[in-house]
Amino acid sequence: MALTNITIKERLIAKFGDQVSGFEEPYGMLTFESPKENNLKVLQFLYDDEELRFQFLTDLCAVHYPGQTGRELAVVYHLHNLVDNIRIRFKVFTDIEKPDVFTATQLYAAANWMERETYDFFGVQFVGHPNLKRILNVDEMDYFPLRKEYPLEDQTRIDKDDEMFARGGSSL
Amino acid sequence: MSRPVRFNTTPIVADPKDNISLVGMPAGYSGEGFFATKMSDVVGLARKNSIWPLPFATSCCGIEFMATAASHYDIARFGAERMGFSPRQCDLLMVMGTIAKKMGPILKQVYLQMAEPRWVLAVGACASSGGIFDTYSVLQGIDQVIPVDVYVPGCPPRPEAILDGFMRIQDLIGKESLRRRTSEQYKALLGTYGIQ
Repeated sequence: MALTNITIKERLIAKFGDQVSGFEEPYGMLTFESPKENNLKVLQFLYDDEELRFQFLTDLCAVHYPGQTGRELAVVYHLHNLVDNIRIRFKVFTDIEKPDVFTATQLYAAANWMERETYDFFGVQFVGHPNLKRILNVDEMDYFPLRKEYPLEDQTRIDKDDEMFARGGSSL
Repeated sequence: MSRPVRFNTTPIVADPKDNISLVGMPAGYSGEGFFATKMSDVVGLARKNSIWPLPFATSCCGIEFMATAASHYDIARFGAERMGFSPRQCDLLMVMGTIAKKMGPILKQVYLQMAEPRWVLAVGACASSGGIFDTYSVLQGIDQVIPVDVYVPGCPPRPEAILDGFMRIQDLIGKESLRRRTSEQYKALLGTYGIQ
Protein backbone atom coordinates (compact mmCIF):
# COMPACT_ATOMS: atom_id res chain seq x y z
CA MET A 1 0.00 0.00 0.00
CA ALA A 2 1.41 3.37 -0.87
CA LEU A 3 2.46 5.76 1.83
CA THR A 4 -0.11 8.49 2.33
CA ASN A 5 -0.41 11.52 4.56
CA ILE A 6 -2.91 9.68 6.73
CA THR A 7 -0.45 6.87 7.37
CA ILE A 8 2.32 9.29 8.24
CA LYS A 9 0.07 11.17 10.62
CA GLU A 10 -1.05 7.95 12.33
CA ARG A 11 2.51 6.76 12.81
CA LEU A 12 3.61 10.09 14.20
CA ILE A 13 0.77 10.22 16.68
CA ALA A 14 1.37 6.59 17.63
CA LYS A 15 5.01 7.34 18.38
CA PHE A 16 4.84 10.81 19.88
CA GLY A 17 1.30 11.16 21.14
CA ASP A 18 0.47 14.74 21.90
CA GLN A 19 3.99 16.02 21.29
CA VAL A 20 3.16 16.43 17.62
CA SER A 21 0.33 18.78 16.80
CA GLY A 22 -0.86 21.33 14.32
CA PHE A 23 -1.51 18.90 11.49
CA GLU A 24 -2.47 20.69 8.31
CA GLU A 25 -2.25 19.93 4.61
CA PRO A 26 -1.71 23.10 2.62
CA TYR A 27 -1.62 22.18 -1.07
CA GLY A 28 -1.50 18.51 -0.13
CA MET A 29 1.75 18.69 1.84
CA LEU A 30 1.47 17.40 5.40
CA THR A 31 2.63 19.95 7.93
CA PHE A 32 3.01 19.51 11.65
CA GLU A 33 4.87 20.97 14.57
CA SER A 34 6.50 19.82 17.74
CA PRO A 35 8.21 21.46 20.70
CA LYS A 36 11.77 22.38 19.94
CA GLU A 37 13.27 19.94 22.45
CA ASN A 38 11.93 17.08 20.36
CA ASN A 39 13.12 18.18 16.98
CA LEU A 40 15.98 15.70 16.75
CA LYS A 41 13.83 12.85 18.03
CA VAL A 42 11.19 13.51 15.40
CA LEU A 43 13.75 13.91 12.62
CA GLN A 44 15.52 10.73 13.65
CA PHE A 45 12.26 8.82 13.75
CA LEU A 46 11.27 10.06 10.31
CA TYR A 47 14.70 9.09 9.03
CA ASP A 48 14.99 5.62 10.55
CA ASP A 49 11.48 4.24 10.22
CA GLU A 50 11.33 1.61 7.46
CA GLU A 51 8.02 2.78 6.16
CA LEU A 52 8.51 6.56 6.50
CA ARG A 53 12.10 6.91 5.27
CA PHE A 54 12.28 10.71 5.07
CA GLN A 55 15.96 10.72 4.35
CA PHE A 56 16.39 13.85 2.29
CA LEU A 57 16.41 17.33 3.78
CA THR A 58 15.17 19.61 1.05
CA ASP A 59 15.20 22.86 2.96
CA LEU A 60 15.80 24.29 6.38
CA CYS A 61 14.69 27.84 6.92
CA ALA A 62 13.06 30.09 9.46
CA VAL A 63 10.10 32.45 9.62
CA HIS A 64 9.69 35.37 11.94
CA TYR A 65 6.19 35.94 13.31
CA PRO A 66 6.46 39.14 15.31
CA GLY A 67 2.93 38.84 16.66
CA GLN A 68 3.11 35.48 18.42
CA THR A 69 4.94 36.17 21.66
CA GLY A 70 6.83 33.17 22.93
CA ARG A 71 6.76 31.54 19.51
CA GLU A 72 8.22 34.20 17.26
CA LEU A 73 10.77 32.23 15.30
CA ALA A 74 9.71 29.09 13.48
CA VAL A 75 12.40 26.78 12.13
CA VAL A 76 10.93 24.86 9.22
CA TYR A 77 12.31 21.57 7.92
CA HIS A 78 11.17 20.32 4.53
CA LEU A 79 11.77 16.59 4.24
CA HIS A 80 11.41 14.37 1.23
CA ASN A 81 10.90 10.64 0.93
CA LEU A 82 12.72 9.87 -2.29
CA VAL A 83 11.43 6.32 -2.60
CA ASP A 84 7.72 7.08 -2.33
CA ASN A 85 7.97 10.72 -3.45
CA ILE A 86 6.23 12.22 -0.46
CA ARG A 87 7.17 15.55 1.09
CA ILE A 88 6.38 16.79 4.58
CA ARG A 89 7.02 19.96 6.48
CA PHE A 90 8.02 19.98 10.12
CA LYS A 91 8.08 23.17 12.18
CA VAL A 92 9.53 23.96 15.58
CA PHE A 93 8.73 27.26 17.22
CA THR A 94 11.09 29.05 19.51
CA ASP A 95 11.11 32.21 21.55
CA ILE A 96 12.99 35.11 20.08
CA GLU A 97 14.62 35.87 23.43
CA LYS A 98 16.29 32.48 23.56
CA PRO A 99 16.32 31.02 20.04
CA ASP A 100 18.23 27.80 20.75
CA VAL A 101 17.41 24.81 18.58
CA PHE A 102 19.29 21.54 18.38
CA THR A 103 21.28 21.17 15.21
CA ALA A 104 20.38 18.58 12.60
CA THR A 105 23.91 18.33 11.21
CA GLN A 106 24.52 14.93 12.77
CA LEU A 107 21.62 13.55 10.79
CA TYR A 108 21.74 15.57 7.58
CA ALA A 109 24.99 16.98 6.26
CA ALA A 110 23.03 19.44 4.16
CA ALA A 111 21.83 21.10 7.36
CA ASN A 112 25.28 22.55 7.96
CA TRP A 113 25.13 25.47 5.55
CA MET A 114 21.37 25.79 5.75
CA GLU A 115 21.60 26.33 9.50
CA ARG A 116 24.38 28.85 8.99
CA GLU A 117 22.13 30.76 6.61
CA THR A 118 19.25 30.60 9.09
CA TYR A 119 21.53 31.90 11.81
CA ASP A 120 22.82 34.63 9.53
CA PHE A 121 19.39 35.98 8.66
CA PHE A 122 17.26 35.19 11.74
CA GLY A 123 19.63 34.69 14.60
CA VAL A 124 18.53 31.17 15.44
CA GLN A 125 21.29 29.61 17.55
CA PHE A 126 21.81 25.99 16.61
CA VAL A 127 23.17 24.13 19.60
CA GLY A 128 25.94 21.76 18.65
CA HIS A 129 26.66 23.18 15.20
CA PRO A 130 30.32 22.75 14.25
CA ASN A 131 30.80 26.14 12.63
CA LEU A 132 27.94 28.53 13.31
CA LYS A 133 28.97 31.79 11.72
CA ARG A 134 27.62 34.08 9.06
CA ILE A 135 27.62 32.69 5.58
CA LEU A 136 26.08 35.15 3.15
CA ASN A 137 26.36 38.48 4.92
CA VAL A 138 29.42 40.43 5.95
CA ASP A 139 30.97 38.95 9.07
CA GLU A 140 30.90 42.24 10.97
CA MET A 141 27.14 42.64 10.65
CA ASP A 142 25.60 42.86 14.09
CA TYR A 143 21.93 42.41 13.28
CA PHE A 144 19.81 39.73 11.65
CA PRO A 145 18.40 41.21 8.44
CA LEU A 146 15.38 39.04 7.72
CA ARG A 147 13.76 39.59 11.08
CA LYS A 148 10.87 41.87 10.44
CA GLU A 149 12.04 44.62 12.77
CA TYR A 150 14.91 45.58 10.49
CA PRO A 151 14.43 47.63 7.34
CA LEU A 152 15.22 46.23 3.93
CA GLU A 153 17.05 49.28 2.67
CA ASP A 154 20.56 50.32 3.33
CA GLN A 155 20.44 52.95 6.05
CA THR A 156 23.80 54.48 5.22
CA ARG A 157 22.65 56.18 2.05
CA ILE A 158 22.35 59.93 2.34
CA ASP A 159 21.26 60.83 -1.17
CA LYS A 160 17.97 59.03 -1.49
CA ASP A 161 15.20 61.01 -3.03
CA ASP A 162 12.09 60.06 -1.07
CA GLU A 163 9.74 61.30 -3.74
CA MET A 164 11.07 58.84 -6.25
CA PHE A 165 10.41 56.05 -3.75
CA ALA A 166 6.80 57.15 -3.11
CA ARG A 167 7.47 58.19 0.45
CA GLY A 168 6.86 61.91 0.10
CA GLY A 169 9.04 64.42 1.88
CA SER A 170 12.53 65.53 0.99
CA SER A 171 15.67 63.47 0.87
CA LEU A 172 17.55 62.88 4.08
CA MET B 1 0.65 44.98 -41.88
CA SER B 2 4.30 45.69 -41.12
CA ARG B 3 5.70 49.14 -40.69
CA PRO B 4 7.93 50.52 -43.44
CA VAL B 5 11.63 50.24 -42.79
CA ARG B 6 13.04 53.52 -41.56
CA PHE B 7 16.70 52.78 -40.81
CA ASN B 8 19.45 51.23 -42.81
CA THR B 9 17.47 51.46 -46.05
CA THR B 10 20.59 52.07 -48.17
CA PRO B 11 23.17 49.91 -46.52
CA ILE B 12 26.77 50.85 -47.12
CA VAL B 13 28.42 48.29 -49.32
CA ALA B 14 31.72 47.32 -47.84
CA ASP B 15 34.69 48.19 -49.98
CA PRO B 16 37.38 45.60 -49.39
CA LYS B 17 40.10 48.01 -50.45
CA ASP B 18 39.13 50.78 -48.08
CA ASN B 19 37.82 49.33 -44.89
CA ILE B 20 40.74 49.66 -42.59
CA SER B 21 40.63 52.73 -40.41
CA LEU B 22 43.90 54.05 -39.14
CA VAL B 23 44.36 56.14 -36.07
CA GLY B 24 45.19 59.75 -36.78
CA MET B 25 48.62 61.21 -36.09
CA PRO B 26 48.90 63.50 -33.09
CA ALA B 27 49.62 67.17 -33.70
CA GLY B 28 53.28 68.00 -33.94
CA TYR B 29 56.12 69.30 -36.08
CA SER B 30 57.34 67.07 -38.82
CA GLY B 31 60.16 67.39 -41.23
CA GLU B 32 62.55 65.36 -43.28
CA GLY B 33 62.98 62.18 -41.27
CA PHE B 34 61.64 63.41 -37.94
CA PHE B 35 58.38 64.07 -36.18
CA ALA B 36 58.24 66.00 -32.95
CA THR B 37 55.23 65.85 -30.72
CA LYS B 38 54.34 65.68 -27.07
CA MET B 39 55.37 62.50 -25.32
CA SER B 40 52.03 62.27 -23.58
CA ASP B 41 50.28 62.38 -26.95
CA VAL B 42 52.23 59.47 -28.33
CA VAL B 43 52.01 57.45 -25.15
CA GLY B 44 48.31 58.22 -24.84
CA LEU B 45 47.73 57.20 -28.43
CA ALA B 46 49.44 53.89 -27.90
CA ARG B 47 47.72 53.21 -24.60
CA LYS B 48 44.23 54.13 -25.66
CA ASN B 49 44.20 51.95 -28.73
CA SER B 50 45.44 48.85 -26.98
CA ILE B 51 43.56 48.66 -23.72
CA TRP B 52 43.59 45.25 -22.09
CA PRO B 53 40.44 45.09 -20.02
CA LEU B 54 39.76 42.93 -17.00
CA PRO B 55 36.11 41.93 -17.20
CA PHE B 56 34.89 41.80 -13.60
CA ALA B 57 31.52 40.53 -14.71
CA THR B 58 29.19 39.64 -11.86
CA SER B 59 25.65 39.56 -13.19
CA CYS B 60 23.41 40.68 -16.01
CA CYS B 61 25.71 43.43 -17.24
CA GLY B 62 28.23 40.69 -17.80
CA ILE B 63 25.91 39.18 -20.37
CA GLU B 64 25.69 42.50 -22.17
CA PHE B 65 29.46 42.64 -22.06
CA MET B 66 29.59 39.21 -23.66
CA ALA B 67 27.40 40.62 -26.43
CA THR B 68 29.72 43.61 -26.73
CA ALA B 69 32.71 41.34 -27.06
CA ALA B 70 31.03 39.14 -29.62
CA SER B 71 31.24 39.73 -33.32
CA HIS B 72 28.24 42.01 -33.84
CA TYR B 73 29.35 44.83 -31.54
CA ASP B 74 32.97 43.79 -31.28
CA ILE B 75 34.92 45.54 -28.60
CA ALA B 76 38.07 44.20 -30.27
CA ARG B 77 37.71 46.93 -32.87
CA PHE B 78 38.66 49.38 -30.16
CA GLY B 79 41.80 47.56 -29.19
CA ALA B 80 40.43 45.35 -26.45
CA GLU B 81 41.29 42.16 -28.22
CA ARG B 82 42.87 40.46 -25.25
CA MET B 83 40.74 40.20 -22.17
CA GLY B 84 42.92 39.46 -19.19
CA PHE B 85 41.76 37.87 -16.02
CA SER B 86 44.89 38.54 -14.11
CA PRO B 87 44.83 42.05 -12.69
CA ARG B 88 48.60 42.32 -12.92
CA GLN B 89 48.42 42.43 -16.69
CA CYS B 90 45.40 44.61 -17.29
CA ASP B 91 44.80 48.31 -17.76
CA LEU B 92 41.08 48.69 -17.40
CA LEU B 93 38.93 47.16 -14.67
CA MET B 94 35.43 46.83 -16.08
CA VAL B 95 33.08 46.19 -13.17
CA MET B 96 29.87 44.85 -14.62
CA GLY B 97 27.17 43.77 -12.27
CA THR B 98 25.93 43.92 -8.71
CA ILE B 99 28.65 44.02 -6.11
CA ALA B 100 27.55 42.78 -2.70
CA LYS B 101 29.04 44.19 0.48
CA LYS B 102 30.83 40.91 0.98
CA MET B 103 32.42 41.27 -2.47
CA GLY B 104 33.64 44.81 -1.81
CA PRO B 105 36.96 43.91 -0.20
CA ILE B 106 37.63 41.39 -2.94
CA LEU B 107 37.02 44.01 -5.61
CA LYS B 108 39.36 46.34 -3.77
CA GLN B 109 41.99 43.63 -3.63
CA VAL B 110 41.72 43.11 -7.39
CA TYR B 111 42.05 46.85 -7.95
CA LEU B 112 45.11 47.03 -5.71
CA GLN B 113 46.79 44.28 -7.68
CA MET B 114 46.56 46.23 -10.91
CA ALA B 115 49.66 48.08 -12.00
CA GLU B 116 49.62 51.78 -12.78
CA PRO B 117 48.29 53.23 -15.05
CA ARG B 118 44.92 51.73 -14.37
CA TRP B 119 41.40 52.89 -15.07
CA VAL B 120 38.02 51.72 -13.81
CA LEU B 121 34.80 51.54 -15.79
CA ALA B 122 31.61 51.00 -13.78
CA VAL B 123 29.11 49.38 -16.12
CA GLY B 124 25.46 49.37 -15.24
CA ALA B 125 23.30 50.79 -12.51
CA CYS B 126 24.38 48.33 -9.83
CA ALA B 127 28.06 49.08 -10.17
CA SER B 128 27.42 52.81 -10.38
CA SER B 129 25.05 53.23 -7.48
CA GLY B 130 23.64 49.94 -6.26
CA GLY B 131 20.93 49.99 -8.92
CA ILE B 132 17.50 48.80 -7.90
CA PHE B 133 19.00 46.81 -5.04
CA ASP B 134 18.80 49.36 -2.29
CA THR B 135 19.25 46.78 0.42
CA TYR B 136 21.42 45.77 3.35
CA SER B 137 23.58 43.44 1.32
CA VAL B 138 24.42 45.37 -1.85
CA LEU B 139 27.23 47.90 -2.06
CA GLN B 140 25.63 51.15 -3.15
CA GLY B 141 28.09 51.89 -5.90
CA ILE B 142 31.64 50.63 -6.33
CA ASP B 143 32.94 54.15 -5.82
CA GLN B 144 32.58 53.42 -2.15
CA VAL B 145 35.60 51.14 -2.37
CA ILE B 146 37.58 52.08 -5.49
CA PRO B 147 37.98 55.25 -7.56
CA VAL B 148 35.97 55.11 -10.79
CA ASP B 149 36.77 56.91 -14.04
CA VAL B 150 33.69 56.40 -16.18
CA TYR B 151 30.19 55.29 -15.23
CA VAL B 152 27.95 53.67 -17.83
CA PRO B 153 24.30 53.91 -16.77
CA GLY B 154 21.73 51.37 -17.84
CA CYS B 155 20.09 48.26 -16.56
CA PRO B 156 21.69 46.71 -18.42
CA PRO B 157 23.33 49.19 -20.77
CA ARG B 158 23.13 48.26 -24.41
CA PRO B 159 26.40 47.20 -26.03
CA GLU B 160 26.48 50.54 -27.78
CA ALA B 161 26.39 52.22 -24.38
CA ILE B 162 29.21 50.05 -23.10
CA LEU B 163 31.19 50.94 -26.19
CA ASP B 164 30.45 54.61 -25.59
CA GLY B 165 31.80 54.27 -22.06
CA PHE B 166 34.83 52.53 -23.46
CA MET B 167 35.39 55.34 -25.93
CA ARG B 168 35.22 57.88 -23.12
CA ILE B 169 37.85 55.90 -21.26
CA GLN B 170 39.90 56.08 -24.45
CA ASP B 171 39.49 59.87 -24.46
CA LEU B 172 40.65 60.03 -20.87
CA ILE B 173 43.63 57.85 -21.60
CA GLY B 174 44.58 59.83 -24.68
CA LYS B 175 44.58 63.11 -22.82
CA GLU B 176 46.16 61.96 -19.58
CA SER B 177 49.24 63.73 -18.38
CA LEU B 178 52.30 61.57 -17.84
CA ARG B 179 52.74 62.98 -14.36
CA ARG B 180 49.25 62.25 -13.15
CA ARG B 181 49.99 59.02 -11.33
CA THR B 182 52.72 60.54 -9.22
CA SER B 183 50.92 63.81 -8.50
CA GLU B 184 49.74 64.91 -5.08
CA GLN B 185 46.12 65.07 -6.15
CA TYR B 186 46.12 61.47 -7.31
CA LYS B 187 47.72 60.36 -4.09
CA ALA B 188 45.11 62.29 -2.17
CA LEU B 189 42.37 60.65 -4.22
CA LEU B 190 43.70 57.21 -3.44
CA GLY B 191 44.09 58.28 0.15
CA THR B 192 40.36 58.90 0.43
CA TYR B 193 39.91 55.22 -0.40
CA GLY B 194 42.53 54.10 2.02
CA ILE B 195 44.96 53.06 -0.70
CA GLN B 196 48.60 54.05 -0.32
